[in-house]
Amino acid sequence: MNPRITQRIAFTFLFLSTLLILVPVFLILLMIFRDGFQALSWQFLTAYPRLGMRAGGIFPAIVGTVYLVAATLAFSLPVGILAAIYLSEYAKDNWFKRVIEVAIVNLAGVPSVVYGLFGLGLFVIFLKFGASILAGSLTLSIMSLPVIITASREALGTVPLSFREVSLALGATKWQTIRRAVLPNALPGMITGTILALSRAAGETAPILFTVAAFYLPRLPRSIFDQCMALPYHLYVISTQVPNVKLSIQYGTALVLILLVLAMNIVAIVIRAQFRKRKLW
Amino acid sequence: MMKSRRVLEFFIEGAIFLAGTVSILFVILIFIFLLKEGLALFRTVSVWEFLAGKNWYPISDPPRFGGLSLILGSIWVTAGAIVISVPIGVACAVFIAEVAPRWLREVLKGSVEFLAAIPSIVLGFIGLVTLVPLVQKIFGLSTGLTALSGSLMLGFMAMPTIVSIMEDALTAVPRSYREGALALGATHWQAIWRVVLPAASSGVIAALMLGIGRVIGETMAVMMITGNAARIPTTLLEPVRTMTATVAAEMGEAVQGSPHYFSLFAIGIVLFLITFIINLTADFFLHRKK
Repeated sequence: MNPRITQRIAFTFLFLSTLLILVPVFLILLMIFRDGFQALSWQFLTAYPRLGMRAGGIFPAIVGTVYLVAATLAFSLPVGILAAIYLSEYAKDNWFKRVIEVAIVNLAGVPSVVYGLFGLGLFVIFLKFGASILAGSLTLSIMSLPVIITASREALGTVPLSFREVSLALGATKWQTIRRAVLPNALPGMITGTILALSRAAGETAPILFTVAAFYLPRLPRSIFDQCMALPYHLYVISTQVPNVKLSIQYGTALVLILLVLAMNIVAIVIRAQFRKRKLW
Repeated sequence: MMKSRRVLEFFIEGAIFLAGTVSILFVILIFIFLLKEGLALFRTVSVWEFLAGKNWYPISDPPRFGGLSLILGSIWVTAGAIVISVPIGVACAVFIAEVAPRWLREVLKGSVEFLAAIPSIVLGFIGLVTLVPLVQKIFGLSTGLTALSGSLMLGFMAMPTIVSIMEDALTAVPRSYREGALALGATHWQAIWRVVLPAASSGVIAALMLGIGRVIGETMAVMMITGNAARIPTTLLEPVRTMTATVAAEMGEAVQGSPHYFSLFAIGIVLFLITFIINLTADFFLHRKK
């Protein structure tokens, strides 16, 4: 066959394949936004579910997800950043560093439901936290760690070596150098990566299924040892577990979850863009 | 003053070292806790029965823990997803990396990666209200909750992983390779097919492996649209139940410390081992090219 014709056929196939992925993505968003906005109202966002979750709002689920994300942030950010500092600034290029890297890759690949099992086994039962915000957010934290570590390490890697050399030459200790010369310049990249990891944690269902999520709670959680409702689990419940829930409520819940995830992604992108503009080297 | 600073630094650097090793600790802890709860099953059920037994009746009396239908359920759904996602994902990555004009590249890649940001529960819900009725209508079935629906959705969900990692691998192939091929009179497509793709083969394999890992581990979407019938599947047009869906669906009602509870952790061991091997292999391929 004429190579030009082959090329035309091949490129058409490549183009169609790309469309086959992108068109559904836009259709899905379109559907959720179109049908979800009809359900959206002040009352939907601020009221408790009523009539076995067939009416009313999703307020406790929103609050629960916000609590979970906040607690996950508190646990995973310090550990993630310190781990990244170790890998980027302290670890020597040897087998031990490779083992850590392989461990991170594997943590990133563990199925979310296995994290759920692990959280149940370790936090809920072995450490006796019970099904609680503490157990759920610790589980989500471990799941978020690989993303935070990888992004933070990349951010540290972009700080030029000369910054460190100058600081050390002026007599600063290693930790002073990291704290004053390296961290401030890597922080925006670290924050971006962390927000992206948290946006994923916010949408996860399987890890919170047995560690924190409540089917229905008529009140807000009072402490970190309480169970709470959460948006992703609530969407699961009203779309598969409770019969005869109006489609508009399901779409509305999906929309609120997507908006939350999107908002976090946009914040992350804005921080990154701001930082690039300001970058001094 | 100097002394207290040195003490402070000692503790900070200790914390940094500890945090650095925490990933290893967690991988080991996950495995230990899965083993601790999962191996207890084999006091009452043989390994062979668990892996090859055909009957999964965890709450009947006496209970049966034959996991074959769940393992096959995962394999069928995953195989279907691979058949769908590999050609389309590879084609999309090649289009973005090699064919699309520069200004379009970032937009396309960003859009595909955005798919990864949509929570799987949302995709499961959308699949339930659109894909499932569609499959039912097209094939004239009594229910659209089938392995095929799961394969279609999972194939779709694997795209961001496959496209993103593979695009990176293609972009990393030196320009001179393409220029050399073009200078010898090859068409653009011949250069891609004969030179760029083979040069990026390690990255391509890693991308596909990680995509498969994502498919096997996916839980919520697959649980919502595959029908959850624990029986041996014979075609893609039947309801099936995957390993992940079994754990997620049954853990809520399993009594802690019962054989049923242990059996779900045993499934967790199988899942952990499968993804562990896949990730090690993918990592090997990614690092080989360096």
